[in-house]
Amino acid sequence: MVQTDEVERLIGAMADEIEALVEGFGDERWAMVGIHTGGAWLARRLHQRLGTDVPLGSLDISFYRDDFTRIGMNPQVRPSDLPFNVDDCHIILVDDVLHTGRTIRAALNEIFDYGRPASVHLAVLVERPGRELPIQADVVGLHMDLKPNEHVKLSGPDTLALTVQRHP
Amino acid sequence: MKNSHIQIDENGRLCHLLTIEGLERQMVLDILDTAESFISVTEQTVKKVPLLRGKTVVNLFFEASTRTRTTFELAAKRLSADVLNLNITASATTKGETLLDTLRNLEAMHCDMFVVRHADSGTAHFIAQHVPPHISVINAGDGRHAHPTQALLDMFTIRRHKGADFSKLRIAIVGDILHSRVARSQIHALNVLGAGEIRVVGPKTLIPAQAEAIGVKVFHDLGRGIEDADVVIMLRLQKERMQGALLPSEHEYFQLYGLTEEKLAAAKPDVIVMHPGPINRGVEMASEVADGPHSVILEQVTNGIAVRMAVMSMVLGNRYASVEERS
Repeated sequence: MVQTDEVERLIGAMADEIEALVEGFGDERWAMVGIHTGGAWLARRLHQRLGTDVPLGSLDISFYRDDFTRIGMNPQVRPSDLPFNVDDCHIILVDDVLHTGRTIRAALNEIFDYGRPASVHLAVLVERPGRELPIQADVVGLHMDLKPNEHVKLSGPDTLALTVQRHP
Repeated sequence: MKNSHIQIDENGRLCHLLTIEGLERQMVLDILDTAESFISVTEQTVKKVPLLRGKTVVNLFFEASTRTRTTFELAAKRLSADVLNLNITASATTKGETLLDTLRNLEAMHCDMFVVRHADSGTAHFIAQHVPPHISVINAGDGRHAHPTQALLDMFTIRRHKGADFSKLRIAIVGDILHSRVARSQIHALNVLGAGEIRVVGPKTLIPAQAEAIGVKVFHDLGRGIEDADVVIMLRLQKERMQGALLPSEHEYFQLYGLTEEKLAAAKPDVIVMHPGPINRGVEMASEVADGPHSVILEQVTNGIAVRMAVMSMVLGNRYASVEERS
């Protein structure tokens, strides 16, 4: 278990990195988008830390998952909300854990159905091994060297903490 | 009949949608919540999601319909499915092919979903009994029996305007209740969602004899029936009922049961007026009401697409999940 104050410290470090990253955008528009559920909590926290007023959106990628024909529809799907014009906008995409990369693939597809962003950068709290697609993060809070049967989960939204679970 | 119903699979999931009867409250809420998420898809530049990419949906319409068929077609297309529209009245059955032969042929073409409308009650149910396990069937209206997606889109529209707590609501359904599959499905759905008071309003000849038994209050006077109503649902008057001696004339019907702004004043000030379409202007309602500030009739059409997207993706997804589990 990674404690709340440690998670807050990681978020602070991520915010600093994002600040440096968005400086490169100059005067161009940028926005933050969190992936439901953990990524949306994290994006809101980062947005606060940055003290910025750029748009903050959220994505539920249920309609873009590649395992629909195996597991069917996620009954807890929520509306996606991108309250800005995606065309020519730089996007900081935020998720809690980068594992297989399939969630990010789905999120990219969804974003591109809203428009053509100027760029998409990925910020994740935890990066772990197990990639099944050529996807990498630009901003990483913590590298965790987890085994395939280990899973890390972010709990929230009020106090964020990370828990590692072992599946037999 | 709850979980033994053919539309519920062995794991308690919805795999066809044939009727509202027997659906659990949570299932109805899941459909409405999922539909809410599909509304946001219409904000996309590309108004499509890839859920049913590579799947084929067949609109099997044995009875004419424009709105229902086109909204099912659009819903399927926005889910990225391919759509085949079959107008069977003008097709094989006139050449003597049986319904089952038609189905077997469509299965041989690797279709994944049948959306069925038929003038005979029970047709969608019959088809669902005879399809292989990977195919889902959706009832788009069967005889006088059921029109579940219409009822769900109406519940969705009511919820968007009046909030999630149906127990506070008084809903009046006005018109030909006797012959209406829409009314039947609406009453079931309203009961599932715990509506406070359901009223049916119409002439004696168009109200079923034991209407009270399904949990509704019967009114024969329009003014009293819609008094203090939060929602007024007007039903389409089928012109053929005039010939059946059930009604004197359209003019007289309008005098007694046609909704005008003046009569609508008896309802709550924030009442919403609904109609499944197509409207007979000047028969069940005046144009001033149909186009007026209380009318949500066109919103119903828009919502119908999101609700049908939700139903189609959920039932087909559940079908795949159960096939996957068995293999």
